[in-house]
Amino acid sequence: MLEKLQNNRNALGLLFMLPAAVLLLLFLTYPLGLGTWLGFTDAKVGRPGQWIGLENYEFLWGDAVTRLALFNTLFYTFVASVLKFLLGLWLALLLNRNIRFKTFFRAVILLPYIVPTALSAIAFWWIYDAQFSIISWTLMKLGLIDRYIDFLGVPWNARMSVIVANVWRGVPFVAITLLAGLQTISPSYYEASAIDGATPWQQFRHVTLPLLTPIIAVVMTFSVLFTFTDFQLIYVITRGGPLNATHLMATLSFQRAISGGALGEGAAISIAMVPFLLAAILFSFFGLQRRAWQQGGADK
Amino acid sequence: MSTAAATTTVTDTTGMGFLETRMRRWVTVYVPLGIFVFVLLFPFYWMAITSVKPDHELLSREGNPFWVMAPTLAHFQKLLFHTAYPAWLWNTVLVSVVSTGFSLAASVLAAYAIERLRFNGAKHVGLAIFLAYLVPPSILFIPLADVVFKLGLFDTRLALILTYPTFLIPFCTWLLMGYFRSIPFELEECALIDGATRWQILTKIVLPLAVPGLISAGIFAFTLSWNEFIYALTFVSSSEIKTIPVGVVTELVEGDVYHWGPLMAGALFGSLPVAFVYSFFVEYYVSGLTGSVKE
Repeated sequence: MLEKLQNNRNALGLLFMLPAAVLLLLFLTYPLGLGTWLGFTDAKVGRPGQWIGLENYEFLWGDAVTRLALFNTLFYTFVASVLKFLLGLWLALLLNRNIRFKTFFRAVILLPYIVPTALSAIAFWWIYDAQFSIISWTLMKLGLIDRYIDFLGVPWNARMSVIVANVWRGVPFVAITLLAGLQTISPSYYEASAIDGATPWQQFRHVTLPLLTPIIAVVMTFSVLFTFTDFQLIYVITRGGPLNATHLMATLSFQRAISGGALGEGAAISIAMVPFLLAAILFSFFGLQRRAWQQGGADK
Repeated sequence: MSTAAATTTVTDTTGMGFLETRMRRWVTVYVPLGIFVFVLLFPFYWMAITSVKPDHELLSREGNPFWVMAPTLAHFQKLLFHTAYPAWLWNTVLVSVVSTGFSLAASVLAAYAIERLRFNGAKHVGLAIFLAYLVPPSILFIPLADVVFKLGLFDTRLALILTYPTFLIPFCTWLLMGYFRSIPFELEECALIDGATRWQILTKIVLPLAVPGLISAGIFAFTLSWNEFIYALTFVSSSEIKTIPVGVVTELVEGDVYHWGPLMAGALFGSLPVAFVYSFFVEYYVSGLTGSVKE
């Protein structure tokens, strides 16, 4: 009887898993493997590739544009993630105060995150326009600059401009998820530490931060993953220009594989991102594990 | 030394709200919050104001660019009657609704199987689903383009309907697993004793209890597919098959002269439906968002 139920359960489980499994195996697992294989071939659009070993990777390693794209991606990810974390944490702490219209603020703040990124990126493109930028206009009127800023025409300006757009889009996600974390911290910790004479900074440093660390680790892992593999913002605002100064690995792989037709080379660039992503995930995983143990939780 | 400094600050700020003066509260809370809200919302205001500005006001440095003197609907008119925008809108709605519906159905079954049927190896499958959720579309789109092409789906809506679930199913399954976990086992056991089949338990007991989770997952999946860009850009090339984000970016930019009016009108119009849906289900959306990063 028990065995029958067990069998039944396995058969039923298999049946229930079927739609999701078929779709994911065909359109996720198989392409992942195919991408890895393509990275070792000289495949072009419309022509199956020949195995060429590490040739793509050797070529890309010596390619100045790819190296620049790697530098840009690391720089973009690092600066944008740090800014998103600091601003997001600040915003979460502000929203966690006893303020009026809290639900309204929380709803409004998420807007940048929910509208299509490609469309808000167009708005940023217009805000950064060389001739009619509203930022330049305001700064001119305030007498802070004497001619319009070329936001997207100069490499470092362009890098900072796309980072600002990315931070604008990412801060709401970090803020709202950290706010959810803050709300789970019991007020009694703050009362106890206040009675013991802790300053607000000490409360933040020794109560808020340690209790928030697990959720910070998860949120920032997601943030780093999505920033590192970002595509839309760059594609819409700069297309990688000027002089490839804002090309990220994802936009470069699109340019080489889809626009240029070199599928193998593009796939190699994509696959080269994987070790970085794995490193970020493992870093966060082991960070979390240490915290759980320190707080008296069981080792996982 | 440090303790002395600490005690002086303790006297006026121990985190007890009633000791804070009104002035101080304004400077430390409302002013920064106001700046945050202003910066986060300004691009939308800028989109809206640009979309109703006549061209001569747009391309002039005179006057106040923050306001519009003679508002016009010309840009919206151009967008709706002289571009393929209505077709993009229809495609986006169709693709988002169908892929969300399909993903939700597949995810309910998968989540129930993993969380409640506990078939052999369910734990590993659950982990695999989570890992699938971490695979970013930008490392998948090149081989996926190859797959789409070989299946003869290139430049069809079906290509998008079938590929969007690759990020929707892992997300929805993960979210729903969390919801199903919160439903007491006892309810199912009672039903089993009363002779209900597994299918009856799922449709009559578990699903009604998981409605908030279904709404969260549905809203989230809908906005994710509405906002999707890289697959729609890669797998579709004819204008009449494009989705709004891709259509606006690739078709409304003609040559070196940017028509900012229609571009902003298109961006605004394409953002409104998700903003509208979102405004009705803020709580569900937020719980989906925070649920998605929970362990």
